[in-house]
Amino acid sequence: MKVAESWLRKWVDPDLDTMALAHQLTMLGHEVDGVEAIGEGLDGVVIGEIVSFEKHPDADRLNVCQVSVDTGETLEIVCGAPNVSQGMKSPLAPVGVTLPNGLKIKKSKIRGVVSHGMLCSAVELGLGDESDGIMDLPSDAPTGESFADFLGLPDAAIDLDLTPNRGDCFCLLGIARDLSVVTGSPLASTEIEPVAATIDEVHPVVVEDTSLCPSFGGRVISGIDPSASTPLWMCERLRRAGLRPIHPVVDVTNYVMLELGQPCHAYDLDLIDGPIAPRLAKKGERVVLLDEKEIEVNGNTIVISDDSGAIGLAGIMGGLSTAVSDKTTRVFFEAAFWPTEHMAGQARSYGLHTDASLRFERGVDPHQQMRAVEFATSLILDICGGSAGPAEHTVDADVLPVNRPIGLRRERLEKLLGVGIDDARVEAILGGLELTIEKTEDGWTATPPSHRFDLAIEADLIEEVARIHGYDEIPEATAVAAMPLAASTESTINLDTIASVLVGRDYQEVITYSFIDEGHDQLFSGTGTSISLSNPISSEMSVMRGSLWPGMLSAAAANVARQQARVRFFEIGRSFHGTLEEPEEVVRVAGVCIGLRNPEQWAEKASGIDFFDVKADVEAMLRLTGHAADIQFAVEDHPALQPGQSAAILRGGDRVGVLGKLHPNAAKAIGLKQSAFVFELDAERAFASEAPTAEEVSRFPRIRRDIAVVVDDEVNAGELVDTIMESASGLVKGVRIFDIYTGEGIEAGRKSVALGLILQETSRTLTDDDADTATAQAVQLLQQKHAAELRD
Amino acid sequence: MQALKELVDAAASQIDAAADLAALDEIRVKYLGKKGELTALLKSLSSLSAEERPAAGQKINQAKQDVQQRLNARREALEADALAARLAADAVDVTLPGRGLSVGGRHPISRARLRIEQIFTNAGFGVRSGPEIEDDFHNFTALNIPDNHPARAMHDTFYFPDGRLLRTHTSPVQIRALVSEGVPIRVIAPGRVYRHDYDQTHTPMFHQVEGLVIDHEISFANLKAVLHQFVERFFERKAELRFRPSYFPFTEPSAEVDVLWGEDKWLEILGCGMVHPNVLESAGIDSEEFTGYAFGMGVERLAMLRYGVTDLRKFFENDLRFLGQFR
Repeated sequence: MKVAESWLRKWVDPDLDTMALAHQLTMLGHEVDGVEAIGEGLDGVVIGEIVSFEKHPDADRLNVCQVSVDTGETLEIVCGAPNVSQGMKSPLAPVGVTLPNGLKIKKSKIRGVVSHGMLCSAVELGLGDESDGIMDLPSDAPTGESFADFLGLPDAAIDLDLTPNRGDCFCLLGIARDLSVVTGSPLASTEIEPVAATIDEVHPVVVEDTSLCPSFGGRVISGIDPSASTPLWMCERLRRAGLRPIHPVVDVTNYVMLELGQPCHAYDLDLIDGPIAPRLAKKGERVVLLDEKEIEVNGNTIVISDDSGAIGLAGIMGGLSTAVSDKTTRVFFEAAFWPTEHMAGQARSYGLHTDASLRFERGVDPHQQMRAVEFATSLILDICGGSAGPAEHTVDADVLPVNRPIGLRRERLEKLLGVGIDDARVEAILGGLELTIEKTEDGWTATPPSHRFDLAIEADLIEEVARIHGYDEIPEATAVAAMPLAASTESTINLDTIASVLVGRDYQEVITYSFIDEGHDQLFSGTGTSISLSNPISSEMSVMRGSLWPGMLSAAAANVARQQARVRFFEIGRSFHGTLEEPEEVVRVAGVCIGLRNPEQWAEKASGIDFFDVKADVEAMLRLTGHAADIQFAVEDHPALQPGQSAAILRGGDRVGVLGKLHPNAAKAIGLKQSAFVFELDAERAFASEAPTAEEVSRFPRIRRDIAVVVDDEVNAGELVDTIMESASGLVKGVRIFDIYTGEGIEAGRKSVALGLILQETSRTLTDDDADTATAQAVQLLQQKHAAELRD
Repeated sequence: MQALKELVDAAASQIDAAADLAALDEIRVKYLGKKGELTALLKSLSSLSAEERPAAGQKINQAKQDVQQRLNARREALEADALAARLAADAVDVTLPGRGLSVGGRHPISRARLRIEQIFTNAGFGVRSGPEIEDDFHNFTALNIPDNHPARAMHDTFYFPDGRLLRTHTSPVQIRALVSEGVPIRVIAPGRVYRHDYDQTHTPMFHQVEGLVIDHEISFANLKAVLHQFVERFFERKAELRFRPSYFPFTEPSAEVDVLWGEDKWLEILGCGMVHPNVLESAGIDSEEFTGYAFGMGVERLAMLRYGVTDLRKFFENDLRFLGQFR
């Protein structure tokens, strides 16, 4: 909410300059988002009166004005504005004055006539964004006096970011109340003089269900002048609060709302058809609102109706059919209380957010409808003339909200804040906030005033005391607490440790969005169902990712496009699986590699990264679990990976991840021209671990026997190793694959695999005979199982 | 014996002139070998009288030792020269870059998060996590934000068709921890959160760390102390903080915390407050017996301040030129 400093100071005027005032508001919990200076640099501009004017002899559109500035003489001013008239008062910048826009006024000859200054528009004075001529000041503006003083300038528009619990502060009065309590500066009188009725006319209001509308103030004002215009002082206050003057009657309703916090509405009485009746909307009921949009009202919404049907949304926006216009002469004025529980969420359900709905949703004082009616009446009569009928109040006291007394214990206050506050101070604060206090044995009871909707429990009162007392006044005290040692586990490898391994292996961590394009998601997960958001930011961010790859690959592609020849990314984050009914979130560790194996280097020939580089990275991570022997890589097709370069990562037979080369079609869909190698692991299952159990290290030497076997191309090396490890001797402790050969000497479709068998016995030194026997056994098994031929 | 001295001098000059080990060995054979000149002299001793023999023998032996020492010294020198030459041939240009992989780096958000976690775990806080697809109850209702509460408008929420949502803060993790672990409790919950807002200063996904402490005697004064200490630890410098009243449905009193940046600029970095009694009660905790505080901070915000990042969106563009600065 925006308020003009000068207006606020009419209510409470603490001895603080603008910035100190803004700081005080912030420290009260009404955060100041900005302070905008208004009407600075108008020194020297005075109020001029156009005594007479005549057409410029050589220019059709210019007038030569004689302007009195009350120094006993008149100044001759050439003016191009279309709205010049005799007797008009307007701001005059005499020679020597510099306007806020930097224009320096000089004596100048315009088409042969000397002009001794300039009559100014609002735009030229920095007081508006548009104007249709020079400013037309009221006739009582003092000729010759300072224009800035007359308009209360310079002023400041203070932009407040109010919290939703403080509905009472969406008005000058509310802000002023808080300021008054915290500064001790008195609040101006809030008395409003009732306006006596001069005519008998009333308009009937029928409230069938008073729980919808416990209080409805109304009044007929007849015979207003449709040509009246809103006075400058009111326009200025509205404008500085960010509202545009529209029509005197509408401006008055806005003015009353800004000052008292009571949203009001004025109807053109001649356009109302029968009694005004607030009620819940009927099924399918439609109404055209003031913004000229037609809506269908839902059954939870309170509408204002007359015999023709709904004519407005209660507390949200009036209807077009009964709106006041420049033809209106009879007005029905409404100030009602709509309970928060009926207002909450209503405006939003129509995509609306109005000044009225904002206030009613947060709570409007249920006891000030008639004050608002009286205040508005006096303003309308002043501005538009006319005669007021009797002020009518339709009220059901039984259903009006009642604020109950709240207990506040001295000991609890001290316990929660960590500091004791004097009784007198507590009472001064709560009393200042207009709570009714009674002392009790252990503290007080306090009953909030009707404008406070946010005070119901003890903690609410403690907050009020702390807020006004000042958070700065509460000391800092380090808590003293028991210090039990937290649990610590070796049952998993910490993901930050995994990250360190990847960083050490030249991977850069990235963080990509959890929501991705649905097409990408399906391409990579292939499940046929993505978990979709109802209200995504865009289609590219519309489903929860089933894999970390699409986001990472897109990021990689963007880097490649920025001339990065080598990209190695990892990400640790959740992927989303299953259905919305039963979503499953899995923390994954994923990697993407593109480009050269190593950074470009002088000593070796550049080579592209391949499957086995990335596999080594995966193996390194998994080795941390102490279960390297349980890890297997099995051929598995994957929708986004290239057949033949795609492997499931198994741990003890359980699938914990996938590794492979990106399928060219998938790369193309992402916008990647290069080939990419990727891996993805389910962290929880892949990195389960436990405290290691040490085994005795054998004292006896190892023996190595190298063999080479020729097998069919389709036989995977891993199968050969498994077979050897299973061989009966039990002496083989490890197998190294040290060469794979195809070509001369090996028939087509076959390959030679060179294997080094590591043999060891824990209790004795192996003999050559032992080793030869074990090796022969292994070879025999290879021949049986894989049709392997021993190569000499 | 004049001949002996000449012989030694001749040997010495030949030893000094020996260019390599082979030449040196030839000299050794020439003088000290079985048929060497000094060996021959020793053999000739038998032609001397018994009186002359000991003195002459001693002199010849002395000369032999002398020559042997010179040979040894020259051998060592030649060996050292040879090694030095071999090593010189093996020299490399040490300014050439090393071979193989370089090193990667962590994302600045992870870096900041780890730092935050470390500061709090050092004080005995546990680290908790929870689901990112949340239900309305844990994200709002249990946090004292009932249906249609105006505070819901403050959270631009991503919804799923069944009413579930992407968590708008990590506070639901606190609720889950409270229910499963009970009190006293001292935890932080770091993680991704989501709001439907995308412009220069908002990304639809960002990171929060929320903290929760509940015990018998926890006060607002304790909250002020812990946050002040946190900010000073995080930025590694003295810091001036400003606690100003604010509103969160799940805390009361509530505060927003600004840090003084430079001469006179207050920057908002945290929200916090005393846990609202309704939140405690909805987790089955006696709000008379226990009090506590909660706080929440944006990791991006802290990372921006700590590392001088001026555009929030950079964190999620994953440009290597940007990320490479945070190793």
